[in-house]
Amino acid sequence: MSSKLLKFCTYAGATLSALALVSIVGYILIQGVPHLSLSLFAWEYTSENVSLMPALISTLIMAGLSLVMAVPVGVASAIYLVEYARPNSRFVRIVRITTETLQGIPSIIYGLFGLLFFTTALGWGLSLLSGACTLAIMVLPVIMRTTEEALMAVPQSLRQGGFALGAGRVRTVLHCVLPSALPGILGGVLLALGRCVGEVAALLFTAGTVAQIPNFGGEGIFALFESCRTLAVHMYVLASEGLHLGETYATSVVLLVMVVVLNMITHAVAKKLSKERL
Amino acid sequence: MRQSSFKETAARICFMAAAALSIVAVALICIFLFANGIPALAEIGLPEFLLGQTWKPTADEFGIFPMIIGSIYVTVGAIIIGVPAGIFTAIYLSRFASKGIARILRPGIELLAGIPSVVYGFFALMVVVPLIRTTLPGNGFSLLAAALILGIMILPTIITVSKSALDAVPKNYYEGALALGATHERAVFRIMVPAAFSGIMAAVVLGIGRALGETMAVVMVAGNQPVIPESLLSGVRTLTANIVLEMGYAADLHKGALIATGVVLFVLIMLISLLFAAIKKRGEKS
Repeated sequence: MSSKLLKFCTYAGATLSALALVSIVGYILIQGVPHLSLSLFAWEYTSENVSLMPALISTLIMAGLSLVMAVPVGVASAIYLVEYARPNSRFVRIVRITTETLQGIPSIIYGLFGLLFFTTALGWGLSLLSGACTLAIMVLPVIMRTTEEALMAVPQSLRQGGFALGAGRVRTVLHCVLPSALPGILGGVLLALGRCVGEVAALLFTAGTVAQIPNFGGEGIFALFESCRTLAVHMYVLASEGLHLGETYATSVVLLVMVVVLNMITHAVAKKLSKERL
Repeated sequence: MRQSSFKETAARICFMAAAALSIVAVALICIFLFANGIPALAEIGLPEFLLGQTWKPTADEFGIFPMIIGSIYVTVGAIIIGVPAGIFTAIYLSRFASKGIARILRPGIELLAGIPSVVYGFFALMVVVPLIRTTLPGNGFSLLAAALILGIMILPTIITVSKSALDAVPKNYYEGALALGATHERAVFRIMVPAAFSGIMAAVVLGIGRALGETMAVVMVAGNQPVIPESLLSGVRTLTANIVLEMGYAADLHKGALIATGVVLFVLIMLISLLFAAIKKRGEKS
């Protein structure tokens, strides 16, 4: 192939990718922004206003809950893998294989598992808690991976300094190593948050599709066992009903904005990180 | 002194327990999927299940052959659309793009990776399906629509993984090629791309995994008829779609058959992960 043709191909490929992005984002924004109305953000959902507010709040609760479960476990296991375990020991190799497996499993399989385990076997029913636990397992490998990378990037001298001052291993890890790995870990948490916000297949059969906020005020902790729908699930339900197209567009605008904001924060964090390294 | 050593041991055990949790998670997933899927498989019969041509839960006929073929067709379609565009974009970003363009395009690709699959599905439902309906025969809900949107969805995976493979090629390969009189294009395509080949293959395999496992976007546009599609314009149902469409109301053997569908999907994905690991290992060796 002549080099001109190849060069043309790279430009064409890049143009196509850019075009895909611009047309999807542009189309959703153009169709959706005019339909953003106050009633869409009404506190109560009715079949007339199809308010996305309950779904938005459920999303925050659901994502928060799953991160509260996944982040400590993910960070702790990364600490074990990087700071404690002998590299290439059998345990480490098995953990590596299982996290890679978890990372490759499609979300619908997580949904099936959540349905069989949390919803049915543990008897939690279609509930906030079942959904959040399913999501927590799903994002666990993401947090482990990024935390591991962040810990490995911490210079050895920080550890040596900690030990030299007479600190034990825990103290060195928690007070010297972990703080300087924090931006990297935060990046992983944001990535995980993005996955929670966009997930549908894993939630349909674990958290269900009830369009109300779980009633924490009335039932306290037992509201965890109420079904609710996140914003992405809400959008899927609206789209498959096909009755409220304008509102569906507007809902996808809100979803997109959330994703973009998360992306921007991740970028800002990454930038700060690379500056500090230099 | 004793107290501090107790603290050390306790912390060590806590961290180790956390690391062991991912093993527990995978074990639980396998146990629950297989324990619930295999009895149904035994009742239906493995050959009847895998090779049966009709899926009629009401008549107790559970053949998922059309869905296996559907998944393969849709994935191949997505690869044909997404892989060339993705690899060329990666080469462009890695070796051709000016700094200014790369600075805009790269976050754009990351945004593409972050867009939820429902949004892709909805876009395809509102734009791609009507486009196919008006320009080609059929009602638009088709293999073509599903492959097209999946092709776009796997772009970011292919671009980022191939790009990092290209960026990891030692700089002196490129300089050596130039010193031997190669043009920029020749150096990139004859030296850099072959050197990054295993990384690029890994990107493709990862893309296959994503396409095979994608559910929501496909369900919204593929038409979902459980028959082997006759053309690009016929409707198609994938393994993932089969689960999500019927799980809401299935019971007894029907439910078991859907879980068994999940088992088949799980095994397929595992095979692809093994392939991915093998390619990565080979890349690390060379």
